[in-house]
Amino acid sequence: MTSTVVIDKAAPTRPVKYGSMSRDRTWALRWSYFFLTLFAIISLVPPLYMLITSLKSSAEISAATNPWWVFHPTLEYYFGLLTSNQFLTFFRNSALVSIFVVIITMLISVPAAFAMARMRFWGSATLATGVFLTYLIPDSLLFLPLFKMFAVFSDFTGIQLINRWYVLVIVYPTLTVPFCTWIMIGYFASIPKELDEAAIIDGASWFQTLTRIFIPVALPGLIAATIFAFTVSWAQFLYPLVFTTSTDQLVLPVGIVTTLIKGDVYNWGQIMTGALLGAAPPLIIYAFLMDYYIAGLTAGATKG
Amino acid sequence: MADVTLRKVIKRYEDVEAVRGIDLDIADHEFVVLVGPSGCGKSTTLRMIAGLEDITDGDIMIGGDVVNDVPPKDRDIAMVFQNYALYPHMTVAENMSFGLRLKHYPKAEITTRVTEAARMLDITDLIDRKPKQLSGGQRQRVAMGRAIVRNPKVFLFDEPLSNLDAKLRVQMRIEIKKVHQKVHTTTVYVTHDQVEAMTLADRVVVMNKGRIEQIGTPNDLYHNPATRFVAGFIGSPAMNFIPCRFEDVGGRLHVRITDRIKLPLPASRAAKYQSIGRDDKLLLGLRPEHIAEAKAHPEPGFEPFDAVPDVTEPMGMETLIYFTLEGAQVCGRVNPNAGARAGSPLRLAVDLNNMHLLNEVTGAVI
Repeated sequence: MTSTVVIDKAAPTRPVKYGSMSRDRTWALRWSYFFLTLFAIISLVPPLYMLITSLKSSAEISAATNPWWVFHPTLEYYFGLLTSNQFLTFFRNSALVSIFVVIITMLISVPAAFAMARMRFWGSATLATGVFLTYLIPDSLLFLPLFKMFAVFSDFTGIQLINRWYVLVIVYPTLTVPFCTWIMIGYFASIPKELDEAAIIDGASWFQTLTRIFIPVALPGLIAATIFAFTVSWAQFLYPLVFTTSTDQLVLPVGIVTTLIKGDVYNWGQIMTGALLGAAPPLIIYAFLMDYYIAGLTAGATKG
Repeated sequence: MADVTLRKVIKRYEDVEAVRGIDLDIADHEFVVLVGPSGCGKSTTLRMIAGLEDITDGDIMIGGDVVNDVPPKDRDIAMVFQNYALYPHMTVAENMSFGLRLKHYPKAEITTRVTEAARMLDITDLIDRKPKQLSGGQRQRVAMGRAIVRNPKVFLFDEPLSNLDAKLRVQMRIEIKKVHQKVHTTTVYVTHDQVEAMTLADRVVVMNKGRIEQIGTPNDLYHNPATRFVAGFIGSPAMNFIPCRFEDVGGRLHVRITDRIKLPLPASRAAKYQSIGRDDKLLLGLRPEHIAEAKAHPEPGFEPFDAVPDVTEPMGMETLIYFTLEGAQVCGRVNPNAGARAGSPLRLAVDLNNMHLLNEVTGAVI
């Protein structure tokens, strides 16, 4: 007993450390928090500035006071925009376009991805790469030929699509389908081969394998693709600027810019308010679907 | 219920021939195990029976009908996969009933069959769980349940126990055998584990390099292997192969192993091997249990010799000893009380009544 105590006393004192990697881990944590804070500031300051500006009267905006503080908060722009028929039309157009684009994109890209991930047909791998390559072509390169196509289409058939909001429902999938197909190929490819073999032996057709096995299992991927398609259609600026001109056919991003900037007069308060209101739907959808998305990823990971 | 017949079945990928002409007749109700090392073509053969792989050449018949071009769902087979392949978003009951629901069976019938299968497999309590909430053994039961409820003509098992730990594997092996004894469905079972093959099979098919080496009952393969591959593959620890030569000493046929060791053949064996050339290069095949400590009063055919174990492995009920003869490592099984110690000489006896003789060049059993 005594001897043990003596040995303990003689032992050199060591700094308290938890495991051999603790020092590395501490530093990794410090660096990650440093950058997380930095990027949080960079991405949150602009919307904060927009919010502050949207609550100011136009007199206060042009006054030389502290731009980061609201001295006389007002909701006049919010009331103004939400009761303006024009703004609500933009909103409706944006919503319709985005919803239809999401539906069309999913109807095309999910079966396409399934075919390329699972049905081994001649050239399927090349086709999959090709689909992704089309995504790399920027819209600034595509909008003129596309415009010309619709003009020629109109010349031949007499059907006028340009300057109608629904032309965007045809145009946007050129952006969304390749990328969503690519995401879904990745998700479908990660599903074990035995799962569809089991389904085939159980008597499922290809279509049943897709709808009853692959879509439910790849739901998190499906939601990620949906979010992407919605965001792209909601935020797209170049195509609506080119393809739509009449005020009643405009979508939000273009509508705000073309109607709230009059010549060199910028209605800053209205612009900020309009942009904030326009950003609300994607935010709400993110908040709702992200929960679902994470739930999908971690389903069954813990017992109970 | 049906028999399965393979006629000269060949599978070729690009330039590799995975299966090189297999002929196999599986009777109704029979439990046949395909066993062999990885890459021997056993899984490919099973997948061709299932219809998951096309056949390059030959015919596969199920219940007398050629099914070469019949899609898997119309072959009336059920398959159990190594990684279970349960549908992760469905409960156990939904997993088991999926095939029946696709075929629009009446609800009452589905419930009856699922309940029945769940009871047989002892998973009634788990019926509403998702696969992620199950242990490996439970998942394997569900995968079997999914096969049973379909009441197919043939069960196909593709290494179903490889993902389980050793103890559970033994337990599930017994479960599979019990299920087969109850439902009697024709079964083709693929494994690389020869113990699994021996314990489960009515008949074992040993495969190697895309060909069938031998077909037989477990005991038949164990006692009468046709080739060196089968002799070495079946049995654990594996059969010993000791280089040897035949010699006539004093009018009696002896097997000469080293300068020091020559063993007289028992009369029955001597008659059988009389015609073998005295200069032929031969291999003496001896299972470890036929090399044991020498008894005071040996039975006829037990020939003593001395050896120095390099390594001993006490197993409790027996002790495995390893020693070297003519450059070959030889394993014997001795009584734990025989006092075997590494490095100290031991008097052993070989049971030549159970010896095998192989041609060293061709590998054929003589």
